[in-house]
Amino acid sequence: MALPTDPTDFSLAEAREAVAAKKISSLELTAAFIKAVEAARPLNAFVTETPERAAAMASESDARLAKGVVRPLEGLPLAIKDLFCTKGVRTTAGSNILSNFVPPYESTVTQNLWNAGAVLLGKTNMDEFAMGSSNETSHFGPVISPWRSRGSNAKLVPGGSSGGSAASVSANLCLAATGTDTGGSIRQPAAVTGSVGMKPTYGRCSRWGIVAFASSLDQAGPMTRTVRDAAIILKAMASVDPKDSTSVDIPVPDYEAGLESGVKGLRIGIPKEYRMDGAPPEIDAIWNKGAQWLNAQGAEIVEVSLPHTKYALPTYYIVAPAEASSNLARYDGVRYGRRAKDVHDIVDLYEKSRADGFGPEVKRRILIGTYVLSSGYYDAYYLRAQKLRTLIARDFTEAFRQCDVLLTPATPGPAFAIGEKTADPVSMYLNDVFTVTVNLAGLPGLSVPAGLTAEGLPLGLQLIGKAFDEATVLCVGRAVETAANFTAKPQKWWRAA
Amino acid sequence: MSATRSKYIQGSTGPWEIVVGLEVHCQILSAAKLFSGAATEFGADPNSQVSFVDAAMPGMLPVINKKCVEQAVRTGLGLKAKINLTSVFDRKNYFYPDLPAGYQISQYKNPIVGEGEVFIDLAGGETVRVGIERLHMEQDAGKSLHDQHPDHSFVDLNRSGVALMEIVSRPDMRSSEEAAAFLKKLRAIVRYLGTCDGNMDEGSMRADVNVSVRKPGAGLGTRCEIKNVNSMRFIAQAIEFEARRQIDVLEAGGTIKQETRLFDSRAGETRSMRSKEEAHDYRYFPDPDLLPLVLDQALVDEIAASLPELPDEKRVRFMQMGLSAYDATVLVAERETADYFEAMLAAGADAKAAANWLNNEYFGRLNKAGLSIADGPVPAAANSAIVQMVSADVISGKIAKDVLDVVWSDGGDPRAIVEERGLKQVTDTDAIEKAVDAVIVANPDKVEAAKAKPQLVGWFVGQVMKSTGGKANPSAVNAILKARLGLPEGG
Repeated sequence: MALPTDPTDFSLAEAREAVAAKKISSLELTAAFIKAVEAARPLNAFVTETPERAAAMASESDARLAKGVVRPLEGLPLAIKDLFCTKGVRTTAGSNILSNFVPPYESTVTQNLWNAGAVLLGKTNMDEFAMGSSNETSHFGPVISPWRSRGSNAKLVPGGSSGGSAASVSANLCLAATGTDTGGSIRQPAAVTGSVGMKPTYGRCSRWGIVAFASSLDQAGPMTRTVRDAAIILKAMASVDPKDSTSVDIPVPDYEAGLESGVKGLRIGIPKEYRMDGAPPEIDAIWNKGAQWLNAQGAEIVEVSLPHTKYALPTYYIVAPAEASSNLARYDGVRYGRRAKDVHDIVDLYEKSRADGFGPEVKRRILIGTYVLSSGYYDAYYLRAQKLRTLIARDFTEAFRQCDVLLTPATPGPAFAIGEKTADPVSMYLNDVFTVTVNLAGLPGLSVPAGLTAEGLPLGLQLIGKAFDEATVLCVGRAVETAANFTAKPQKWWRAA
Repeated sequence: MSATRSKYIQGSTGPWEIVVGLEVHCQILSAAKLFSGAATEFGADPNSQVSFVDAAMPGMLPVINKKCVEQAVRTGLGLKAKINLTSVFDRKNYFYPDLPAGYQISQYKNPIVGEGEVFIDLAGGETVRVGIERLHMEQDAGKSLHDQHPDHSFVDLNRSGVALMEIVSRPDMRSSEEAAAFLKKLRAIVRYLGTCDGNMDEGSMRADVNVSVRKPGAGLGTRCEIKNVNSMRFIAQAIEFEARRQIDVLEAGGTIKQETRLFDSRAGETRSMRSKEEAHDYRYFPDPDLLPLVLDQALVDEIAASLPELPDEKRVRFMQMGLSAYDATVLVAERETADYFEAMLAAGADAKAAANWLNNEYFGRLNKAGLSIADGPVPAAANSAIVQMVSADVISGKIAKDVLDVVWSDGGDPRAIVEERGLKQVTDTDAIEKAVDAVIVANPDKVEAAKAKPQLVGWFVGQVMKSTGGKANPSAVNAILKARLGLPEGG
C-alpha cells in the first residue's frame, strides 16, 4: 500500500507501520502535526498546545526505536480532550472555573496511552464540563467544524462535547484523539465530522483522573479516522483500574485481530422505535443503505423493538444533571481553580466564584439536577428516572436475544450552523436522541461515517453491541466502513485564512 | 418495665419522663481513611495527611477500604446486630469549606448494620436493654480553623475522609444516667472489639443526643437534637438542662419545636442552632462512583469467629468463678482491666482473692496516682504473686500491702522481696507459743483483766504481732492465746 505523501494524511495504522519501519521518525511525524495544529488555529480545536512536550516525547520514542523497543503506539501523536487530567499540563474541562488548573496527576487512560508510547500534541477544546452537543458552551469559544456545506462559507459546529477532538481528527491535526461520552459526546461529533468514534462499555476504561460530568454515564473512548485506528487506540486506553471501583476486570482483547472476520451469519437488529416522525429523509436513506451493505456481506437483518426509547432523553436529562449537580459542587474556589475576589464571607465566595466560573449551560444543568434531587421531588423525578433506566437497559437485553449488534443512525441530522440551536436547549438536547440510550444501558456504541448529505456534510451510522462485546461492534463497523468507502475530506480552507 | 425504672422529673403540673436516644459517631480504628490511602494518625501537622481524593481534586474517585468495612461488621456483630450483606453508599450534599467535595459519602437508606442491642448496667444493679436501630459508615469532614489569622479562616483536611461508624440507638433511655451508662457500655464494647479507641478527648467518639419529654404513659414528645457533645459529663448535663427547658416550655403552655441545638459547656446550657424549616436539604442519592457494597456471608462468619469475649459474657463467666455481680461489673468495664485480672488468674491467683485485692487495694492506688491500669507500675504477675502468698499463708494481709508498696515504688519480684526482707509469716506453733508466753508472763495484770473482759485478747494479739514483727500467723496467735488464757474457742 502506498503511503500518502503528507504524513498528516496517514491513518494511525499507517503511521505506526511507517515509524516502526523507520520510514519516518517520530519527531518528523510529530513536527508535521505540530505545524498542522498551528495552521489550524482558526478552528479553535485546541485549548492548550504542547509542542515542546510533544517533541520531547517524540525524541524519547525515537531513542527507543533506535534500540528496537517498539511499544504499541510508539511515537504516534495524539490529541487529548481537555477533560483528561494531564500532569503538569493545564486541564480546563472547557470551563472558566478550571481555567488555571494544572493537575499534579495523570489520568489512568492517558497514562495508559503514554505507557504505550503515544505523544501528546495538546488538549482539545470541548463543551464546558462536557455539557453540550455543539462545542458552543466552551469558555474558550466554539470550535469551528472543518466541514462546510457545499457552496457556503457559514461556520458549522463540529458537534459536542468532544468537538475539538472531532475537528482535530477530521482536519488531520492528529493521528487520533480521545473523547468522553456521557450521552453521545464521542459518537455525535464523530458522526457530523466524518470520523469514527467509539464509546466503550461502561467500566471498560478507567474514569480515574477524568473530570466527572455524570459518573454513572461517563466513559472515555477513541476518536479516529478509521475503525482499525479505533480498535488500536481502545486496546491501549482500556484497563481495569483499582482506583476506579466501577472499572471492570475483564481482559482487554486484541480488537484489531478480529477486525476483518466479516459479518457473515451475524444478526443485525434494526430497532423500529428509532424511526422517528419528521426525521430528514437522508437519515432514513443512509440507515437503509447500511442495512443493505451488511446484508450484502452475509448478515441477517432483523427488526427488533426497544419500547422504552421515547423515555430515554427525559430519563437522561434527569440522571445526568442530578449527578452533575453533585459532582460540580467541589468547584467552590476554596482549594483550586478560580476564586472570586472581593468577597465578604464564605457564602459570598461560593456564590461569586461559581457565578463567574460556570457558563449558562452548566448552571442550567446544576439547577435541574439540584431540583430533581430535592426532597419532595426525588421520588417523582430521580427515582422514576432510575426505574426507567432499568427498563431501557432491559429493552436492550431483550433485543440482544434476537440479534448480535444493533444498527441505528448516529444523529438525527448533519452538522448545523454555529448559533442555530443555542437559543433552544431542547432542540440541542435532541441531537442525542439516538445515543443516550446506549449510555443509560452502559453498552458499547460505535459511530462510523456512512455518507454525505446533498450539501456535502457527513452522516454517521451507529452500531450498538452487547456489554464488553466491543470486538463484534468494531468488526461490524469495519464492514460498514468498507461498504461505505467514505473518502470525503474537508477542504483545508483554514490554511488560506 | 420502663415505668418502674423511670426517674421522673417533677414539674409544676406533675411528673415528666425524659426520653433519650443517642447517635454516636465512632472513628473506626484503621491505618487508612475510608475511601483513600491517606493516614489517620491524630495530631499530625495540618494538611499533612491528605490525598487527592480527600481534597476532592477533579477526577478523583473513592475506593472503599476493606479494613474499615470489616471493622464495621465486627462492631455490628458485637452489638448482636443484623449484618446487611448488601449496603449502599449515598452522597449527602451540602456546601461547607471543610467538606471539599461538597458532599459527604454516607449510608442513608441501606446501612451495613441493622437492628441490634446493648445491655446497660445501672448503679442499683438493674440491667436495661437499649435497642440499636442501625450502624452505618461515613466519612468525617475536615476542620475549619478560625483562630489562626485576624481575617482569614483556614481548613485542615487531615480528618477529611476518616472513617466513622454512626451508631444510632432507639429512644430507649429514660434518664441522663442511662444515657451515660449506654455510652460507657458502647465505648467498652468497641474497645473490646478493637474497632474504635473510644477516645472522647481526641474526638474519636462523639455523640448527638436526642431528647424529648412526656407525661408518663403518653406518646413520644417532639425531640430536639443536641449536636456533638463530647464528654460523658457534658452529655448528662446537656440532657438535664434540655429536659428541664422542654418541661418549662410545655408547662408555660408552649410547644417544642423540632430543632437542632448546641450544648455550650461553659454556660451549661443548650442553644438553638437551626429549626426544622432551616434544616439542610441534603439531596441524598446513591453515590455513582461506588458500587453497592456486597459482603460474602463467609467473611461475616470469619469475623464472627474472631470476636473476643465481650463484657456481658465475660461478666457472666466471672460470676461463675464466684465473683459478686459488683466485682464482675467493675472488672469487665474496661478490656484492659479484665485482661489484667485474667492475667493474674493465669499466673495462679484465686479469682475471688484476686478480685478483692484489685478492688480493695490496687485500683485505689491507681486512682490516687491518676493512672490507668495499663500505665500502673505493678505487673499482673506481681499482684498475682502477692495474692497467692496471702492465700497460702506465706504472708499476712498486712504484710501484703507493704509488699505492694515496695513493688509499686521500687519494682521487683514480690516473692524475692518477701524472702530477702524476711517477711514470711511465722506458722511454726512453737515459735508463736514462745512469743505468747513471753507476753503473758510480762503482763500478769492484763491476764487477770482479760479473764473478766475477753475482748482484751485483741491487745494480746497486737503485742504478739509486734514482738514477731507482724510475721506471726494471726489465726494461730488467736487460737494459742485463747487456750493459754482459758477463753472459749471462737467468738
